[in-house]
This record gives sequence, C-alpha cells and structure tokens, in this order.
Amino acid sequence: MVIKYESVIHEFDPYFNYRVTQFLSKNGIYEFWNWFDDRTWYPLGRVIGGTVYPGLTLTAGTIWWGLNSLNIPLSVETVCVFTAPVFSAFASWATYLLTKEVKGSGAGLAAAALLAMVPSYISRSVAGSYDNEAVAIFALIFTFYLYIKTLNTGSLFYATLNALAYFYMVCSWGGYTFIINLIPMHVLLCIVTGRYSPRLYIAYAPLVVLGTLLAALVPVVGFNAVLTSEHFASFLVFIIIHVVALVYYIKGILSPKMFKVAVTLVVSIGMVVCFIVVAILVALVASSPTGGWSGRSLSLLDPTYASKYIPIIASVSEHQPPTWPSYFMDINVLAFLVPAGIIACFSPLSDASSFVVLYIVMSVYFSGVMVRLMLVLAPAACIMSGIALSQAFDVFTGSIKYQLGASSNSTDDAEDNTSTNNAPKDDVSAGKTDKGEEIVKERSSKKGKKKEREPADKPSVKAKIKKKALVLPLEASIVALLLLIMLGAFYVIHCVWAAAEAYSAPSIVLTSQSRDGLHVFDDFRESYAWLSHNTDVDDKVASWWDYGYQTTAMANRTVIVDNNTWNNTHIATVGTAMSSPEKAAWEIFNSLDVKYVLVVFGGLIGYPSDDINKFLWMVRIGGGVFPHIKEADYLRDGQYRIDSEATPTMLNSLMYKLSYYRFVETDGKGYDRVRRTEIGKKHFKLTHFEEVFTSHHWMVRLYKLKPPRNRIRGKAKKLKSKTSSGLSSKSAKKNPWV
Amino acid sequence: MVKSTSKDAQDLFHSLHSAYTATPTNLKIIDLYVCFAVFTALIQQVAYMALVGSFPFNSFLSGVLSCIGTAVLAVCLRIQVNKENKEFKDLAPERAFADFVLCNLVLHLVIINFLG
Repeated sequence: MVIKYESVIHEFDPYFNYRVTQFLSKNGIYEFWNWFDDRTWYPLGRVIGGTVYPGLTLTAGTIWWGLNSLNIPLSVETVCVFTAPVFSAFASWATYLLTKEVKGSGAGLAAAALLAMVPSYISRSVAGSYDNEAVAIFALIFTFYLYIKTLNTGSLFYATLNALAYFYMVCSWGGYTFIINLIPMHVLLCIVTGRYSPRLYIAYAPLVVLGTLLAALVPVVGFNAVLTSEHFASFLVFIIIHVVALVYYIKGILSPKMFKVAVTLVVSIGMVVCFIVVAILVALVASSPTGGWSGRSLSLLDPTYASKYIPIIASVSEHQPPTWPSYFMDINVLAFLVPAGIIACFSPLSDASSFVVLYIVMSVYFSGVMVRLMLVLAPAACIMSGIALSQAFDVFTGSIKYQLGASSNSTDDAEDNTSTNNAPKDDVSAGKTDKGEEIVKERSSKKGKKKEREPADKPSVKAKIKKKALVLPLEASIVALLLLIMLGAFYVIHCVWAAAEAYSAPSIVLTSQSRDGLHVFDDFRESYAWLSHNTDVDDKVASWWDYGYQTTAMANRTVIVDNNTWNNTHIATVGTAMSSPEKAAWEIFNSLDVKYVLVVFGGLIGYPSDDINKFLWMVRIGGGVFPHIKEADYLRDGQYRIDSEATPTMLNSLMYKLSYYRFVETDGKGYDRVRRTEIGKKHFKLTHFEEVFTSHHWMVRLYKLKPPRNRIRGKAKKLKSKTSSGLSSKSAKKNPWV
Repeated sequence: MVKSTSKDAQDLFHSLHSAYTATPTNLKIIDLYVCFAVFTALIQQVAYMALVGSFPFNSFLSGVLSCIGTAVLAVCLRIQVNKENKEFKDLAPERAFADFVLCNLVLHLVIINFLG
C-alpha cells in the first residue's frame, strides 16, 4: 500500500477526516469545536463541531502535536496515513487482554495473532485508510475488555476505566450503540440464567450513569443519549437490575416465609403500577413516526426498511448485505473455528464466556445485514477461533506429552494422571466436545501433577470410583497438530494475499495489468489539480455526492453535496438536475450558484463505478423528493440502457450528455466498455454547458455553465434561432442560448 | 383473606425492621446517603419539572444524573464494604473507599462540564 502507491490517503471518507485534522492542527481545538464549514453543502454549510465524530481527528491531532512538541517534524498527512496501522497494533493487544480474561493467556495470544492478520480488519486499517473504524475497533475491544475485567474482579476502579473507554468509543464511531445494547443484553442474560452477583451490579450500574453522561458530552450525540430508542435498552435493564438487587437483598435478610409474603404483596401492587407505566411509554413511543429509532438503526433491524423508505441509505454499497463468499474472503478459516470456539466457551461457562458468545451471535446477525459490519464480526471471530485453537493445541500437545511420558515413566505417574482426571470413556472420534472436555481434564491433570506428587495411594482409591481417562493416541495427535499448523499457514497466506491485492488499492489511484506492463490511472488527482489551478477560489462545483470530500480536500473548492449525506433534499436536487434535460438542469444549477459540473465516466477504460452506473440512484433519490422525475421514464424493459434502445428521457438527461459528449471522437463508434454497447445518441452539441477539461483517460470530465445571453433575440430572428442540431426533443420554443 | 394478608403484611414489616436494625452502623450511614441522593433526584425530577419545566435540558439532565450517579456509587461501596459479602472478603475497605472517591471525582468532573 504505502510501498506500491506512495503514502496517500485512500477512498473518499478519509479525505474529509484529513481535511478536518488539517484544520484542527492549524487552528487549535476551540476553533475546531466551533467550526462552521461553508465549503460544502452550498448554500447550507455544515456545522462540523456538531456533526462529526471527533475521536479520530482528535487522536491524530494529539499525536501530531505531541510529536511536534518533541521536535519530530512529521507532517499531518503522514500522521493521518499511519494512525490506522498503529491503532490496529493496539487493537491486537486489546484482543489479547480480552481473551486472556475469558480463557487464559494461551487463548489470548492466539486470538491476538489472528486479529493481527484478519482481512476484514486490514481492509479498514491499511496505511491510508484514515476512517473512524481505525480507532473505533480498538476502542470497542478495549471497552469490552474493561467490562469483563470489572465483571471478574468487581472493582470500581475498572468500572471507572470502563466508562472512560466507552466515552472514547462514543467519540469515535456511531457504532457505539452496539456496545450500549450488547452490554445490557448480557446483563439481562446473566440475570435470567441466575448468574446475578454483586459484581454484575458494580460492572453495569456505574457504566450506565457515567456512560450516558459522557455520551451526552459529545456534541454529535448530545441529548440523543437519553431520548432515542437506541439507548432505552440500557435504561430498562438499569431499572431491572435495581429491582433484582433489591430482591436479593431482601431475600438475604428475611426468612423464607416472610419472603413469600413480601413477594405476593409486591407483585400484586407492582403489576398494576407496571401496566400503567408501560402503557404510557408505549403510547409515547408509538406516537412518533419511526417509534423513536433513527433511520440507520431501523435499517439494521429490518433489512428491507432502507430500500423501501430511504434510498440514500440503500444506495451506499457498504450498506448492502454481504454475500457468502465475502464471509470466506474476510475471515477465512475463522469461519470454521468459530463454532468450535463457541462450544469450548461452554465447557466452563462463566460470565465472561457467556458474554463472548453473545457478542459473536449478535455480530453475526448484524454483519448479515450490512457488509460494513463485518468489521465488528472480525474481533469476535478472532477471539472465538483463538479460544478454539489454543484448546485444540492444549489437547494435542498434552496427549503427546502424556503418551511420551507414559511410555518411559512408571505406572505410578500414570495412575496419578488417570485418577485426577475425570473424563468419561469415549472413542477416538476427535469430536469437538472431546476437545472441550479434554481441556478440563488436562488442566486438572496439570494442577494435579503439581499438588499430588505425594499422596499416591489416595488417588488409587479414587481411580476405582472415577472412570478411565481418555487421551488421544500419539499418531492422531501429531497428525492433528500438523494439520492445525497447516490450517494456520493457509490463513496467513490468504491474509497476506488479500491485504496486498484486494484491500490496498486507494481508490483515488487505479492500476491495471496489461500486456505492456502496469498502467496507472491518476485521473482523479489530475482533475482535482486542474480544478485548483484553473478556477477561482469561490467557484462552486456540483457533482454526485461520492466525490464531495475529495473535491473539498484536494481541489479546495466549494461543493454542493458530499459524502456526509445528511440532507436528502439537497442530494435529490442534484440528482434531479443530473436526470433532467439541459435547460432544466441549467436552471437548477444556476439557482445554486454552481459554476462547474464534475462527471466521472468510465466508458473509455472500463472503470465500472462511474456516474452512469450510479445514475439509477440519482433518479430514485431525485424521484423520491421531486415527483416529476419518474423512474419508469428512464427504463426500457425494466433496465437502464444507453444504447439505441434507450428512452428519449434518458438520452436527453444531463448525465448522458455530459458523459458521452464527443465520445464518438475516441474510436469512431462510441463503444462504451463498461456497458458494452455502442451509445445511442452519438453526435450532439451542448447548448447550456461547455466542456473545459477531460482527463487523460476520460475518467473525469468538467463542464462549465454557460452564462446567459445579455439580450434575448427578438421575434424577427425566431426562425434562425432554431439551429440547435441534434437536440430533437428540444421544444419548438425559441432557444436564447445559442 | 384480607385480614390474613394485612396480618402477613404487618409481620413482614416487623421482620424487615428487625432484620434491618441488625445491620452495622457504617452500612446504615451509607444507606442514609443513598436515600438522600435518591430523594434529591426525585425532587429535581418530579417537583421541579412539574413546576418549572425541564429547560435548560442539559442542566436538568446533569442534575438528575449526578444524584442517581452518587446513589449508584454509594450502593457499590456498600456492596464492597459489607462484611457478609463473601466475594469481597479480601478487598480492604480502604481500597473500596479509594475507588469510590475516584469514581465520584470523575462523575462530578463530567457533571460540572455538562452543567453548562
């Protein structure tokens, strides 16, 4: 990534974060909190202080400031590019800590090693991927670690640290709602399965109070921390845990008979009160249109919600459900080891292991809804697989040791081992349950070896009561060990390949292999440089929202819509303009003070994610707000086509014209390599726009809005003004722009 | 039926009372503190809100949550200090109190920041 493509920031979102970090490093933190950005979402602007998750930028800013104050002069860009890999190393360390709390240091090491390489996490933490998840995943794992640590030790100190780590997570990523819902679910699970203990109360109650306060401190969240449904689960469980704590306390100080009386009394009164409260609550929640949930959370719970109601959310490719092969691609052999790990967690079921099982079940469900959440699944899968791997290794190496030991030692030791073991008789089926139980045996046998060297006669009595131990035969253990090592090797090879090929590409620079070597397509940066050198500072550029961040960051021009997509109507306006005929589009753009229009076109080189392929979203989003854009007008037989079979509305839309203007001059026939057909309308002139720049491979095309004529020609010249050639669908009205 | 339930209720209160008076004094002090904190929260939430309304919301929120927060932390301290609690046998009460103080410090720092 850095070696192949030079140290450059990847993708789209990181460019925005980079710009924010630049601002922070130049102007300091107070300006940052109050920053009102007027270079995007013209003419609305954007309140940066209130709508961005500050964790990532503050972290990078602090690192840059710290390094500079130590007189190590790193540029902001370098710090930004390398923040993600540094934090992925921290995340690996946090995984080790978390798994150590659950199962022991062997499992911890295995899980950390797996996380260090898993492709899904690498995709978000390559050098250059300067996005929120880079620090958020570390914060997630660290918060979970502190929660489990508090649960295991019951210390208020760790509870405080837990709340602070949760605060860091809220600062970094919107996915913090996962934590604030998973932990209450786990608490509820513990209560229901009878595992309530004072440590649970200490782990949970301070977290809720402190965590809610801290979450409300972050401007993005603000009062949503207490008002939206995403947080209600934590409050509900907060109340429940108090009730349970009270019940246990009273149970402790009363005799059983009195307790029964108390229960009946309380239940009868409590039921009535509960009904009233619940009825009021339900009425309140149901009266708001979405029941209080935000759009993104709703689309998580009901995967079909977004495609029905909010086309914007449905159109982001990261929000689509993943396919089966993508699971294998992203977590590889871990997919097989996870079930083994789940079973291994059950063999001594503790609070911590039940938490990890719940974590992985929930993350599997959510990753099935959105590809982007595969990232949350990755640490859970690594933890589970680490547990499974270390258990398996324990079994096999223990068997080998035992077999080698039994052949050379006396039978006394053998009896020691067999008697302190407690396993049932079984065949060599190498089932997963065997591994789980082997661990209990092996652990107790190791302890037994240390403690019971002396009393050799006492175990012999026990040996008659207990059943025979099971140890796998030597050859099977060695073969299984070798197979496990090979499995690990395959995993490493796959991860390295995935990291190098699939996830390293910064989508701002493209490469392709061809017969005469490596072609580099640097069109994006070429056009942004052109924009910044050849236009005025105050010129506004309109494009589809994907390119907003890059345009403001690299070309330093004001844009109309960008990747934040917070204003659906504004995006719909741009979408409508792109789907309308030239004159209507000109009017819309003129009302927004737009000077230049940017279009990405991949037809010459076969770049598939260009604007024509995204056109269907422009129509849908535009049609969602402006009803005169009807999707059916652009479809022929249910498909978007740009060849001779395309509908007239399609052929006259601005997007078609701006993409294919003068395209026939390249090869004479106008063959579009992405859609693999010749285009429908080949020779036409633009009346309201003029082309100012086309990049080297025709990937980015810039057009300028033509200014209106000073005077409109009179009626005498009406006949002559019909010179617009090739615009057959232009109405007979006189055209003042030509 | 009603008479027996009322008699049962009286018995219940008696046994509760007698069991509670058996708890050591330091725990009773902590319980008193908890009751005070909850009482303050109730006054803020119910009485003040009914009278004046909840504007400005962040001050209201920080006030209520600070009361609830101190109550919760005091309950945690009580859990840790209670000699009958087997799980915390080897936790020195000084350590428990130090943790309590630290947590309260963080809580009140956040409250003051949020108070506006």
